[in-house]
Order: sequence, then structure tokens, then C-alpha cells
Amino acid sequence: MNTQNPASTDTGPDENPQVLTTRDGIPLKVSLARALRREKLRALALIAPLLLFVLITFAAPIADMLFRSVENGIVSETLPKTVEVLATWDPESGEIPDQAAFTALYEDLKVAVEEKTHTRLGSRLNYEASGMSSLFRKTGRRIGRMEPAEATVERFIDIDKDWGTVETWAVLKRYSPTITPGYFLNAADMQLTAEGVEMKPENERIYLYLFWRTLFLSLTITFSCLLLGYPVAFLLAALPARSANLLMILVLLPFWTSLLVRTSAWKVLLQQQGVINDFLVWTGLVSDAGRLVMINNQTGTIIAMTHILLPFMILPLYSVMKTISPSYVRAAKSLGATDWTAFWRGYFPQTVPGIGAGAILVFILAIGYYITPELVGGTDGIFISNRIAYHISTSLNWGLAAALGVILLLAVMLLFYVYDKIVGIDNVKLG
Amino acid sequence: MSALPAYASTGQRIWHYSFRTICGLIFFFLIFPILVILPLSFNAENFFTFTKEMLAFDPAGYSFKHYEDFFTNPDWQQAMRNSFAIAPVATLLATSFGTLAAIGLSQQHVPYRSAIMAILISPMIVPLIISAAGMYFFYSRIGLQGTYVGVVLAHAALGTPFVIITVTATLVGFDRSLVRAAASLGANPVTTFFKVQMPLIIPGVVSGALFAFITSFDEVVVVLFLGSAGQKTLPWQMFTGLREQISPTILAVASLMVAISVVLLTVLELLRRRSERLRGLSPS
Repeated sequence: MNTQNPASTDTGPDENPQVLTTRDGIPLKVSLARALRREKLRALALIAPLLLFVLITFAAPIADMLFRSVENGIVSETLPKTVEVLATWDPESGEIPDQAAFTALYEDLKVAVEEKTHTRLGSRLNYEASGMSSLFRKTGRRIGRMEPAEATVERFIDIDKDWGTVETWAVLKRYSPTITPGYFLNAADMQLTAEGVEMKPENERIYLYLFWRTLFLSLTITFSCLLLGYPVAFLLAALPARSANLLMILVLLPFWTSLLVRTSAWKVLLQQQGVINDFLVWTGLVSDAGRLVMINNQTGTIIAMTHILLPFMILPLYSVMKTISPSYVRAAKSLGATDWTAFWRGYFPQTVPGIGAGAILVFILAIGYYITPELVGGTDGIFISNRIAYHISTSLNWGLAAALGVILLLAVMLLFYVYDKIVGIDNVKLG
Repeated sequence: MSALPAYASTGQRIWHYSFRTICGLIFFFLIFPILVILPLSFNAENFFTFTKEMLAFDPAGYSFKHYEDFFTNPDWQQAMRNSFAIAPVATLLATSFGTLAAIGLSQQHVPYRSAIMAILISPMIVPLIISAAGMYFFYSRIGLQGTYVGVVLAHAALGTPFVIITVTATLVGFDRSLVRAAASLGANPVTTFFKVQMPLIIPGVVSGALFAFITSFDEVVVVLFLGSAGQKTLPWQMFTGLREQISPTILAVASLMVAISVVLLTVLELLRRRSERLRGLSPS
């Protein structure tokens, strides 16, 4: 930057017939372009370490999750020969595949049993059709003692009559491609059948309801935050700086306090033997037998999360209200507006950007919450995130967890795009 | 609003005071849950509510036994050591990478600035459960799942957006002619950085570091998936404590963590004032 002297740019090199050069004889334009390029490279060199770091530690895992939500190599890896034979078989024919398929299955399973991969395939296919897990385990046990000549259609049907049904083979064929929409269909309570995509039976649908509940609870929490945050932000913006700063501590302290501390506080307060119930019994509002159930249900989730996310609503609202000049309201009043009209027509419309920013921020944070619903939500106050965690650590259905995660991620990205349009990433303020 | 004028009507008076009462109640809602655990952590019984002795201010109703348990119980001590082994390293990584990148991003000509910014900020926006799931899948592929390094890298990635945001915010008020002045006086870029730029942006760097520290120190979702028993941190121990064997020691830990937040909040406020003073604004 300090090697060239760009002082002569204002003479307008385009209109000048003779080319301007720097002192060492290089045309000025070339020289400036070089300086600009060097500056860009230097900026990139400063950014590169972090960009690389975030790409490896954060972006790659997200990409891996995207991949896992559709990845399905397990059938063609475990049963390569069977998949090949099944390629020519048509489930529409209504008949089970011929002997060739059974011979291929025998050879594949023989290898799979030695490598102990057949049970994993069984549990994978069990997500799509129940009974597959036990079918593969049962067949796997018998296949070890079976001679190649014994691998007949009848022998397999004898081991488990499921081998004699078209549906079993149809499932194998349907899930033999290495990419599957199966997890996403599952996440939307749908399934792939011979007739194509259709909804699952009524009693097996859980995820659409769970998505709906996550949405509903997040909206309720956002709305309660707005309801409680607006008056507080209004008061803080109206008070003189000294007292506003003092009251701001009451907002910032919860903001800075660990999430788990606040969740445990609510657990202590809301329990049936907890502080609030004790107080209500003491005042006589509630009888000792009729203690309120406020925890391990939706009420618990809504109360605790409203408290936790409230500062995220107050801070953006406050920073918008702070910039609104009081003269608008004064002008409205001097023109004869009542207090209410002055507020509603003069002040409120100017706070809408703050409401938008705060509401989207709270909603984005709420929709992906895990810890608080897990601890105070019981069974009917949990979110889609809790189901994702369950599939990762308990049911081990990682594909479904990834698909649910991708859907949630898309929702958050869409909301964030809107947030960026309203507020801008650069305007995110902390504390 | 701030002060009631002498000519206010009765209706306006009633509204003024009821509005203040409503706000008071909301402030109470914000702060009460945090304040209530402080006295409860001194409970002499293993209860989560005020005993009769406590309400009568009888000294027998209070004790330090939950604090004693925290400082002698090997589980809690191990968790505390792990927390203090993970958070500072993650903070150091996040702050050094983040500060460099923020300086790069605030140059005049940065190609693909908005795309780069979106990637760098993303760890803050993506819900933690999704980051945790993705990291769990990916880190178990490359053998980092259940290791100290894995948890530190993950926490550093989660902390960088905060450093970027605070440092770029400080750099907005940075007078770039100071760098040119230093260069014209013969300072090389490294000297310029440490002698001129760094002292002026240090408040932003420190508050970014504090954010990164608290992100790692409070983080539980990612460590829950990525860590093994050897990386059990304080929030993790609190989480399992709250879910399984709820013991009042948690309240003692919670009170100590509130104390830490108060300290951090104070430091941040002081830094903010200093930064505004350096920029020639009068601190509000």
C-alpha cells in the first residue's frame, strides 16, 4: 500500500492521450490494479486461517449431516450380489424372485455373517418395515450351518416365512440405491411403498405433530417475550440514562447467567414442593392437596424459555426505541392527539423494525432449543431437537436424526435470511 | 413518560403508576429466579424450598454444607477442572483466529465479503443441537469424538462469531489514517499492528474473548455429544444432576456461576466505557 503513490489519479488518465506512469515506468493503471490486488490478497490472507478453521470444524460436520440424511450405501454394500439380481425383478409381478436371488442372498449373507454386518442391515431396514431386524438376525443364525446346495427357496421360507412374501423383497429392492429419500419421508411421517409415496397410518404419525408443536410453542414463547419485553424496553428508553443503565443490569444479569443456572432455578421454583407452590399454599390461594402442576409439561417449557429468551427481545427493542426522537409524540399531542393515539399512530409504527428483529431472533433461538425443554418439558413440552438427540444417542437412527436436523436447519436459515433483510448480520449487537 | 408533569390528569396519573408497577413486576420476573437460588443454596436441609427455620432467620436453618460438598466431591471437582481446561484453550483459539479475520474483514476491498461473513457467523446461528449432531457424526469419522481436542475445536468454532462481531464493531470506529501515519514514519506492518492498532482495539478483543469464554464455559449440548466421561464439564454435570439425582449441591454451583457472571458483566461494562472514551465519545 505504501509503495505506490496514487496522488495523480484525479488528472483522469482516460482523457489524457499520453499514458501516465509511476516513477519506475509502469503505467499508473497497472500499478493501481496491482496495489488493489495486493490489498485484496492481504485481506484474504488474514481471513484464511479462520475460514479454514471454521470450514473444517464446523462446515464439514454440517455437510456430513446433509450427506447422512440421504446416504444409504448399506444395502448395496452388505448384499451386493442380491441387489444385482433384484435389479431385473419386478415387484409388480406379484411373485417372489426366483432361485437366483436366493442363491445370491445366501452368498452375501455368508460373508455378512462372518463380518457381523447383517444385524446392522437388519436394524437399518427395520426403520422402513418392522420385522426386518428379527428376520435378518434369525436368518443369520441359521445361515452359518447351511451348505450352498441347501440354499433353496423352500429352505429360506422354512427359516422365516417372510422370505416368501413379495413385500420383504420389495423393501430390499426399494432401498438398494445408495441415495434414499427414506429418512426425509420418515421425518414427514410418510413412507415409500410399492404404490409410491404415501402417508403413514394414523397411529404411527409423530413428526408432523412434533414439528407443529415446536412451531406453536416457539410462537407462544415469542409472543410472551414481546408482551413482557415491550413495556420494559419502552421504560428503559424513556428513563434518563443513569437510571436506565441501572435497570439495564436487571436485564443483562439474566442474559449473562448460565442457561443451566436459570433452568435449575425454574426447576426449584415450579416444582410441586417448590417455592411458588409453597407460597400459594401459605397464602391460602391453593390447598395443600391441590398444588399446581407447572413443571414437566408445556407450561414449564413456556415459562422457563420466556424467561431465558426475554433479554434477546428487550435488547433489540431497546436499541430501536432509543433512536426514536420524543418530538414525534410531542408533536402528535400538540396537534390534539390523545395519549393513546399519539402512542399508537406516532410511536408504535416506528418500533416495528425492533419488534421484527427481536421476534425473529427469539423465534430462531426458541425453535432449536434442547436443554430447557429436556429438563422442564416432560413429555408434552419437548421440541423437535429433543427427538433429534433421542435418535442420535438412544435409538441410533442417525439417518433420521440427520433428516430431522436438515429440515430444522432449513427453517432456521430461511428465518435468518429474513432477519438479515430486516436487520443485517453486521448490525447484530451483543450486550 | 419519564417524569409526570404537574398538569397530568388523574387518568394519566393512574396509568403512569400502573405502568411502572407492571414494569416492576416484569423486572421481578427477570431477576427473581436468579436471586432465589442464592439463599436456597445455604439451606441446611436437602430441600429445594425455604424451610421454617430459614424463614425465621434461625442460623440453624443455614449452612455451607452444599458448598462443602461441591469442593470435596471428586465428581464436581473433576468437572470443574475439565471446564477450566477446555474453556481457556478454546477462547485462545477463537480469539486469535477471530481477531485476525476481523481485521481482514474490515479492510476496504475484500472479495466475497458477505459470503465469507455468512460462513464465519454461521456457528452462532445454526441451532446447537444441529451443530452437535453434525459434529458428532463428522468427528466420529475422523476419530475426534470423545477426545479433549475434539471438544476444544468445537467450542472454539462456536466462540469465533462473537469475537468477529465485537472486534469488527470496534474497528468501525478505528481511524485508518493512524496506520498510514505509522507506516509513513517507518514502522513495518507488524510493529504497526502491535504498537498502534492493537492498543486501540484491545477492548473489543477482550470482550470478544469473554464472550468466547462464556460460550465454552456454559456450553452443554455439544460437549454432551462430543465428549466422553473424561471431558465432563460443570454444565454437563449440572445437566445430569438435574435430570437424574437432583441434589442441592447444584444450587451451590449455580450460585458460584452467578458470581462469575457478575464479575464478567462488570468487566465488560468497564471495557465498553473505556472503548467509548478512547473513541472520544462521552460514556453514557
